[in-house]
Amino acid sequence: MANKNNEVLKQPLWINNPVVVQILGICSALAVTAKLEPAIVMGLSVTIIVALSNVIISLLRNTIPNRIRIIVQLVVVAALVTIVSEILKAFAYDVSVQLSVYIGLIITNCILMGRLEAFAMQNKPWDSFLDGIGNGLGYAAILVIVAIVRELLGNGTLLGFKIIPQWCYEHGYMNNGLMLMPPMALILVGCVIWVHRSKNKDLQEK
Amino acid sequence: MATKEFKCTVCGYVHKGDKAPEKCPVCQAPADKFEEVTPEAPAKKGPNTNSNVYTIVYAAVMVILVAFLLVFVSSVLKERQDANVKNDTKKQILSALNITDVQDVAATYAEVIKGDFLMAENGKPSEQVEEADFKTSYKTEFDEGRLHIFIAEVDGERKFIIPMNGLGLWGPIWGYIALNDDRNTVYGTYFSHQGETPGLGAEIAAEYFQDRFIGKNVVKDDDIALTVTKNGKAVDARYEVDGVTAATMTSNGVNNMIKTVLAEYMPFLTKQCCQHHEDGCCEDGECCEAETECCEAEGETNE
Repeated sequence: MANKNNEVLKQPLWINNPVVVQILGICSALAVTAKLEPAIVMGLSVTIIVALSNVIISLLRNTIPNRIRIIVQLVVVAALVTIVSEILKAFAYDVSVQLSVYIGLIITNCILMGRLEAFAMQNKPWDSFLDGIGNGLGYAAILVIVAIVRELLGNGTLLGFKIIPQWCYEHGYMNNGLMLMPPMALILVGCVIWVHRSKNKDLQEK
Repeated sequence: MATKEFKCTVCGYVHKGDKAPEKCPVCQAPADKFEEVTPEAPAKKGPNTNSNVYTIVYAAVMVILVAFLLVFVSSVLKERQDANVKNDTKKQILSALNITDVQDVAATYAEVIKGDFLMAENGKPSEQVEEADFKTSYKTEFDEGRLHIFIAEVDGERKFIIPMNGLGLWGPIWGYIALNDDRNTVYGTYFSHQGETPGLGAEIAAEYFQDRFIGKNVVKDDDIALTVTKNGKAVDARYEVDGVTAATMTSNGVNNMIKTVLAEYMPFLTKQCCQHHEDGCCEDGECCEAETECCEAEGETNE
């Protein structure tokens, strides 16, 4: 049992990563990775929300009418996200200002619906919780990788601190503005998938 | 009485009758290889989750529960949230005066800001707004012609703060601009946005961009001359400010916001009653703050 739980938690981090293998949550991966900080925040928020909604749906799984299950999942996710954002506004206003639209964006994140439909509907609450944590962290990992490259090459900073020394600029180095544009995120995600596939031969399509 | 069912454990043949057949007609297995099949009692506990009634009732109950939950959460937290928003607005106003990192925002605000006035048609900040009516959004106020002017005192000098609202690339942007007593020199600014691109348009909220406005002049020949240009294109150091690199649309938004909003404040900006009060009615130069008659009288003679 412990072994299986371990698998559930670890698989999404690499072998069955939600972004690069299941190709879920690409939209937000493009939107919030121009800088590292929002990427980390978004990754963590998604982790928490996936885990919680996975547990709720898993508890309800035997009562949910099959024909409206997607709607039920959507309502649970939307209610959860709204409540979290209200609580943040009341008790951690600065954080909620910083997160601004990202919290709302979580509702539309396909990882949530994907995991609810594929995992939580068939599994026990604890397994679903682990699956949510695993997938959230797998998502966060890709976001962080992409954001590091984009912020470093696009702005010369990481988390707002200057990384590329001044003498580089004096010798003609320039920040790559293209890095901050959404298409670059897509290309970087593509590169990550490329590396991932070359390490996992069985995932390669013939 | 319903017939019982017997299933052959060897080949799976199902016999209907009172007892098991002596020999299975398919595989010839003897009777003791037959097992009685108990008719499946309602397979799952609980109601049929696929029926229409169940679905509709489920949906209705769920929606009502969730609605009550959300209303409950929102009404419980409303007061705290409003207080937070109010505090944040005050923080933004203070930030326009280059006062940041304050611990007790409300106290500092009360100490620095002397009043929230509405501009009268003749350009005077006349009608005082009570603290209780403190607004957290100046968009509707501006649209309805109630032009707010905050009067502050920093290090013994009087500053005026004007709230602004406009459109960025993706959504609303807003800000506050603080002017010196001459109603022309920028003392400080604050800009914020709802969802501009991080790393590009969102940089208008960064201090380095806001500091570029300090010391610039606003009015030139009865026109708003303060302009945000494309980055690196600012020529006239007195009126022009460099925009954010690669965020021309948002920079333009800031530019338009400043021009449209301040244009409405023109009567206030061009009125300099305190600088020449030769008629002697304002002995201590306090006329604007004290809102005495003389400013109005002088304003009229100037025109």
